[in-house]
Amino acid sequence: MTLQLSISQNRPRFFTRGVWVVSAIAMVGMLALAARFVLGLGAVTNLSNGYPWGLWIAIDVACGVALAAGGFTTAFVAHLTNREEFHPLVRPALLTAMIGYTFVALGVMTDLGRFWAMWHVMLPQMWQGNSVLFEVAICVMTYVTVLYIEFLPIVCERFIGRAHLPEPLAFLNRPVDRLLRLLDAGLARVMTIFIILGVVLSCMHQSSLGTLMVIAGAKLHPLWQTPMLPMFFLLSAFAVGFAMVIFESLLASRSFRLEPEKAILAKLARFIPVLLGIYTIAKVIDLLNRGAYVYLFDGSVASLLFVIEFGMGVALPFAILMNDRWRHTPRGLLTAASLVILGVVMNRLDVFLLAYTPTIQSDSYFPAFTEFAVTAGFIAMIVLIYRFIVLNFPVIERLEEVQA
Amino acid sequence: MLARQVTKLSCDSARREPAPRTAASSDQSGCALSRRDFVKISGVCAASLATAGVVKGSEKQALDPDRKGVLVDLTVCIGCRRCEWACNDENGLPNGELHEFDDRSVLESKRRPTSTQLTVINRVLSDDPAKPTFVKSQCMHCEHPACASACLVGAMRKTPSGPVIYDASRCIGCRYCMVACPYQFAAYEYENALTPQVKKCQLCPSRTSRGELPACVAMCPVEALTYGRRDELLALAHERIQCNPDRYVDHVYGEHEGGGTSWLYLADRPFAELGFPALGPSSPAQLTETIQHGIFKGFAAPVMLFGLLGAIGKLSHSAKVTP
Ligand code: SF4
Ligand code: SF4
Repeated sequence: MTLQLSISQNRPRFFTRGVWVVSAIAMVGMLALAARFVLGLGAVTNLSNGYPWGLWIAIDVACGVALAAGGFTTAFVAHLTNREEFHPLVRPALLTAMIGYTFVALGVMTDLGRFWAMWHVMLPQMWQGNSVLFEVAICVMTYVTVLYIEFLPIVCERFIGRAHLPEPLAFLNRPVDRLLRLLDAGLARVMTIFIILGVVLSCMHQSSLGTLMVIAGAKLHPLWQTPMLPMFFLLSAFAVGFAMVIFESLLASRSFRLEPEKAILAKLARFIPVLLGIYTIAKVIDLLNRGAYVYLFDGSVASLLFVIEFGMGVALPFAILMNDRWRHTPRGLLTAASLVILGVVMNRLDVFLLAYTPTIQSDSYFPAFTEFAVTAGFIAMIVLIYRFIVLNFPVIERLEEVQA
Repeated sequence: MLARQVTKLSCDSARREPAPRTAASSDQSGCALSRRDFVKISGVCAASLATAGVVKGSEKQALDPDRKGVLVDLTVCIGCRRCEWACNDENGLPNGELHEFDDRSVLESKRRPTSTQLTVINRVLSDDPAKPTFVKSQCMHCEHPACASACLVGAMRKTPSGPVIYDASRCIGCRYCMVACPYQFAAYEYENALTPQVKKCQLCPSRTSRGELPACVAMCPVEALTYGRRDELLALAHERIQCNPDRYVDHVYGEHEGGGTSWLYLADRPFAELGFPALGPSSPAQLTETIQHGIFKGFAAPVMLFGLLGAIGKLSHSAKVTP
């Protein structure tokens, strides 16, 4: 089956000026990535015994997982609570999650000193059930698989009735078509199970990602270090999941010159202030309960980070989205969604990096150029792959209509 | 050979063979208060372990009562760094001639264990410039090690006989163990592109299995290091404090810190001044394991969530269909 890059004239082209820039970033990133595998972690990163985890874990993994949360939150509201109006958002969110998690896995692999032994995680005799990381790893691996399964119907839809294999194989067109239809029908029957499984797995590892740093104890600043970290991570993942869907939808509208789905997005955006509100209450209780609030006013870098993270990422978008008028304008939505995303990115950065101080404080860490390059390269790759799939598979309904 | 005692520091009345099993059973002197405190603390520890055990099911690892450890008497250490040489030698690490270790200039800067130096001696100056304290550091071989609890493939393991050992053939190199170690005593071979390892003291398994002392302990010319059963070492440590109250602060570092460690330290001033982290009486792993097993005990929560979501799906769909 051939992929026809431009099905119709109306369809936006893959390459634009912006895409060339992104491609260049991706190229540099892949070079840095090659250097990492040839020369080793020591040569391309500034990691040390004091900072065993750096930019890659904080951004590629921790932020990657959080920002890909749109997949399961949207699947939940659209499919499980059966809200018809949100259905157009499901596929873009699913695609983001699928590509996002794929790159989380690649990010992990890049960071692993013995990446070639990664498969040990799949061997039951290696399993260590006390490890939070073990649970995260198993959940993420399973979830990636579930995401690919959830995406299969889109692939079927794309090729059913359109299987055009090149000449020597053309006789296979019929059987392939029949197979696709069979697969499609079979998947439709069991899909609910996979959707529920996806939500369960997400809740598990999104929260456990927070538990991950509890064992770091005093190395993590008391403003963040709390046994409630799993709950905070889960709540913020819910919120940022919706924010990401809104953000992407608005961005895609802009990029493909489509009318933004204001009404649906405004409706979806209503979930965010509720979640941010619960998050805030929980956070306040936690800070009071542990007495950690005293660190808020000591003027340290940590206190500043915390105030920015909270003010910018929680309070401000809460205020914007509580305003009915703002919530119905693309600009208000975009601003609020971006703030929530930035807030969560900052939170993960704080927890995994900025508020982390080694016991023996002789090390400092600032990522090497190559670390930035790999991270930027991965993000660029995500953008390119997303664009390619969106242009060639039935993901964004409105884009399909343009093409028709 | 167990519990080699430094004769000049032990008092006759306290010399008994074998040493008492627990500190509590030797409660006979004027130090009743601290003993009672100790009993109380260990009672609390035991209780919390027991409750955690209920939460965690059978995950708790049993340790041998005669598990080994090392007692470091920092008031005896002269900072000769012979132990560093012995450690390098035993572990096949880059090493120099023994006399090179007499070079005192190394002590000018703070060092810590690295992937090529599994133990280091640091000098901490005091008010009296003639009496610095020398602090040996290496993996503490925690009783309930955070590194082992963190490792997702079981490459870090607490052996029932005391040592916490690393198995490179399992390791995937995620370095979560290093994030978890509260002392930051695990080091990584970042320069190795293909087969990097986590490096830390292993307590010389090949020597101890032959009945020999760990290399550093055997090397120490002043017997600042004592290898033996942990419970005997603890008793010995308390005995030294009791008989030489002016010489020591009344604190055996590692008795309770982070759930206890196999390496125990005696010193003449507060351990905080010597750069030892102040850790609570339970292991950092205790909390995460409780959270983790609390949430995922018997997989009940995830299964319930699955059922709940299924029910929501069913209900909302039928609600939509009926009208
Ligand atoms: S680096 Fe190796 S030993 Fe450490 S936690 Fe990861 S797999 Fe385990
Ligand atoms: S000191 Fe660190 S590396 Fe050694 S056993 Fe304890 S947690 Fe593990």
